[in-house]
Amino acid sequence: AAALLLLLLAACPGAGRGAGRERRDALREELLLSPLPTGDVAATFQFRTRWDADLPRGAVSHYRLFPKALGRLVAALGVRELHLALTQGFWRTRLWGQPPLQAPAGAELWVWFQPTVTDVDKAWKELSNILSGIFCASLNFIDSTNTVIPTASFKPLGLANGTDHHLLRYAVLPREVVCTENLTPWKKLLPCGSKAGLAVLLKAERLFHSSYHSQAVHIRPICRDASCMAVSWELRQTLTVVFDVFSSGQGKKDWSLFKMFSRTLTDACPLASQSKVYVDISPKNKEKELLEVTPPPTSVHEAVVQGDKKTYAVYDLLSPSLFNTSRSLNVQLKWKRPQDSSEMPIPVLHAQRYVGGYGLQTGEICTLIYNTHPYRAFPVILLETVPWYLRLYVHTLTIITKGKENKPSYIHYQPAQDRRRPHLLEMLIQLPANSVTKITIQFERALLKWTEYPPDPNHGFYVGSSVLSALVPSVIAMKDVDVEQSPLFTSLFPSSDGSSYFVRLYTEPLLVNLPTPDFSMPYNVICLTCTVVAVCYGSFYNLLTRTFHVEEPSRGGLAKRLANVIRKFRGVPLL
Amino acid sequence: MAAPLVLVVLAAVTVRAALFRSSLAAFIAERVEVASPLNAWKRVVEGLALLDLGVSPYSGAIFHETPLIIYLFHFLIEYAELVFMITDVLTAVALYLAIQDFNKVVFKKQKLLIELDKYAPDVAELIQTPMEMHYIPLKAALFYLLNPYTVMSCVAKSTCAINNSVIAFFILATIKGSAFLSAVFLALATYQSLYPLTLFAPALLYLLQRQFIPIKLKSKSFWLYTMQYASLYLCSLVVIICLSFFLLNSWDFIPSVYGFILSVPDLTPNIGLFWYFFAEMFEHFSLFFVCVFQMNVFFYTIPLAIKLKEHPVFFMFVQIAIISIFKSYPTVGDIALYMAFLPVWSHLYRFLRNIFILSCVLIFCSFLFPVLWHLWIYAGSANSNFYYAITLTFNIGQILLISDYFYAFLRREYYLTHGLHLTRQDGTEAMLVLK
Repeated sequence: AAALLLLLLAACPGAGRGAGRERRDALREELLLSPLPTGDVAATFQFRTRWDADLPRGAVSHYRLFPKALGRLVAALGVRELHLALTQGFWRTRLWGQPPLQAPAGAELWVWFQPTVTDVDKAWKELSNILSGIFCASLNFIDSTNTVIPTASFKPLGLANGTDHHLLRYAVLPREVVCTENLTPWKKLLPCGSKAGLAVLLKAERLFHSSYHSQAVHIRPICRDASCMAVSWELRQTLTVVFDVFSSGQGKKDWSLFKMFSRTLTDACPLASQSKVYVDISPKNKEKELLEVTPPPTSVHEAVVQGDKKTYAVYDLLSPSLFNTSRSLNVQLKWKRPQDSSEMPIPVLHAQRYVGGYGLQTGEICTLIYNTHPYRAFPVILLETVPWYLRLYVHTLTIITKGKENKPSYIHYQPAQDRRRPHLLEMLIQLPANSVTKITIQFERALLKWTEYPPDPNHGFYVGSSVLSALVPSVIAMKDVDVEQSPLFTSLFPSSDGSSYFVRLYTEPLLVNLPTPDFSMPYNVICLTCTVVAVCYGSFYNLLTRTFHVEEPSRGGLAKRLANVIRKFRGVPLL
Repeated sequence: MAAPLVLVVLAAVTVRAALFRSSLAAFIAERVEVASPLNAWKRVVEGLALLDLGVSPYSGAIFHETPLIIYLFHFLIEYAELVFMITDVLTAVALYLAIQDFNKVVFKKQKLLIELDKYAPDVAELIQTPMEMHYIPLKAALFYLLNPYTVMSCVAKSTCAINNSVIAFFILATIKGSAFLSAVFLALATYQSLYPLTLFAPALLYLLQRQFIPIKLKSKSFWLYTMQYASLYLCSLVVIICLSFFLLNSWDFIPSVYGFILSVPDLTPNIGLFWYFFAEMFEHFSLFFVCVFQMNVFFYTIPLAIKLKEHPVFFMFVQIAIISIFKSYPTVGDIALYMAFLPVWSHLYRFLRNIFILSCVLIFCSFLFPVLWHLWIYAGSANSNFYYAITLTFNIGQILLISDYFYAFLRREYYLTHGLHLTRQDGTEAMLVLK
């Protein structure tokens, strides 16, 4: 009996140790601070929760790091991939460089459903309503008039076998505004909330005082390990914010964490397995050092990111040496010498879009795509979603590169149906090296029913950003690195080989005015039009039902007799 | 008579060719008074481009033409300008021949009625003589070809010209007395734009009159002929619709064409009454008023048939006018068709009461349309009410014009049977009133 007890005692710690080893979810948090060429600072937070569970099977009942709201959503609605982004502002690619993760202005939601989902539209509607509740955003305005089914853009970013594009839905709400109300539920999904780790920096009064603010949620299935025998679920929450340090920093371009966020870092999130701060200190010019960071970083990391060699100063919040000297970490950056504009790197791929034409009858959407690579040409997929009330004429689509016509190798056009679905135009365009491609398409503006105008009709109607997806050739070849060990900001988009990297760019949203009827006139219009119809009816009724008669003289009414009496007095002929 | 007609045709073709080559062509092509969502040339080109891309033209909300137009322009798109000029010329020639024949019929009928002593003795000045009727067909062709509305419609390449041509051929076939051709062209006209369905009644009345079948509801020969004509018409319509199905292998064109004409989803401004009415309508009542407005075109047919059963061609004229005023997407091309008939009723001139003011209203409104459109859409200094007001005035002008002609027609008929100099019981000159 004693031997049995000893055996049990020996087994228990083993079992306890086993349970501890079997922790099935992991959190990594990361902050990337990159000074932008114009003197602004971009801060990208990424929180990645990886969970080795089989969500769709419904075999899960205990949630630890992975938020229950999103887990139940994925399981119940058969979601394979979900990407939701809420953005305020526009990323200026030409001035700030290639974005790590761009999102269009407003709200963007794209979802791949599992092949087991039979009614994808119903699941989509339920999903957008539930997300609307979770994030306090008006995602319930997503309906068939702004949802499209892209065929070539938006391939799955996670594991996928078979890509039937009928399981994909994409919608963008360009008019959506992002504010503290949306940040709070987003922060609540983090395991540590905003109480520990990097999330303490996320204070609303500083975050929304910025040029660009984008918060996103990405859920996707990934391989559990290199052999890919089992599937894990990954939840990434990213928040990108660009501070205009120059205007808010009293004219000085030096910045620090305290200046940007009015907070400093005190510790890592206890639930995180990795918590790092990366500061981009890549020298633009080989000889002279541009930046100086204090306190000295834990390590220096070099990587090829987006085709460019970059150097990062790394602060590992979990390393015990970091908080030795001071209780809080306030990363400060000083510019050693002023930047000159010749050092500003021009991104290889950037685009802009605008509306041409005048008047309220017709117009033209012009998109300019720039390929600044000196010798490599590459194709780009352009996805345009235009609301139904701007009637596109696809026979007026012209694509001109270097003065000559450029025919797209793949074109998928789905015309709009009034009040039911928007236009969808997807094209694969080859961009020659060092060129500008101009794509123009004409449209006609529709007159809507007076109840279909928003409360401020003369503000205009928003057209969502168009999406450019491309594999941009990189200047420097990238080594195949282990995805698990590389920083989070390099690993959202899978790259097939090291010679090119995937970029998804968004153009500006457009604001287009439509002709408006007079909103004060419904009753008057009904009366006047019905009067015209009644004039016709009355004239025809008279002519059809009455016949001509010779008029017999009548004695006349009282008025006539009175008039005749007066006339007799005056001596004037009688009536 | 052929030589003056050729001269008129040459003049018309020259005017159109000159305008095609000028910079006004692009300006006229985008005018909403001339091109509606149903018959704009831009939309025909768009439909053919969609077909080239492998997408059905009817899958969107841009293209609302019948498959016949796709078939026609698939081959003739290079020669579009020539096609429209030839269409206009054909319409004019058809109207010329039709009215020539009609004049002969009128003259014969007049002679018969004089011999039967149906006319009063003092109406000699009201009787039409061959001398004054000699130039009427040429005037009608002239009115059609050189009408600014027709010229603009042709330069804009609006498919309204094709619809007018089909209706003109239908009128020619009816007046010539061929029931089969008349049924085929009427089926084609109905297939193109639904509303010529109402022209079935005047055509039937004319053909019955020509066959000397009396129009009595109990007469067997009346019903037999009616059934014959109706079955010819319905069979041709079914054949044409089935042929259209085989062009694109789908019935998609039916909701896209006829559903569009009947439910009026597109509220692009035009010269009709529908667009602003439905732009300002509460959603709740929309269906009710759509039905009421569409019924407006069809429900004058039976009363007019009863009143004008002896005069089916005038009935046809009034019906065409009602269609072009109350159809869901009218354009000036539709107006040009019934205006071409006005020379035929030039003998009614002395009985028209308001012709001066009505023609002034129509001319001023035609000039104000582009001005107020520019002020609303481009200058921004006016709003939609200004354009709407001109629409109302223009339509009232047209309605009063037609009812004026109707009044004059009925009055002349009264004078013909009761004498021109009417006296009252006490011998003084009498006034004629409608009671």
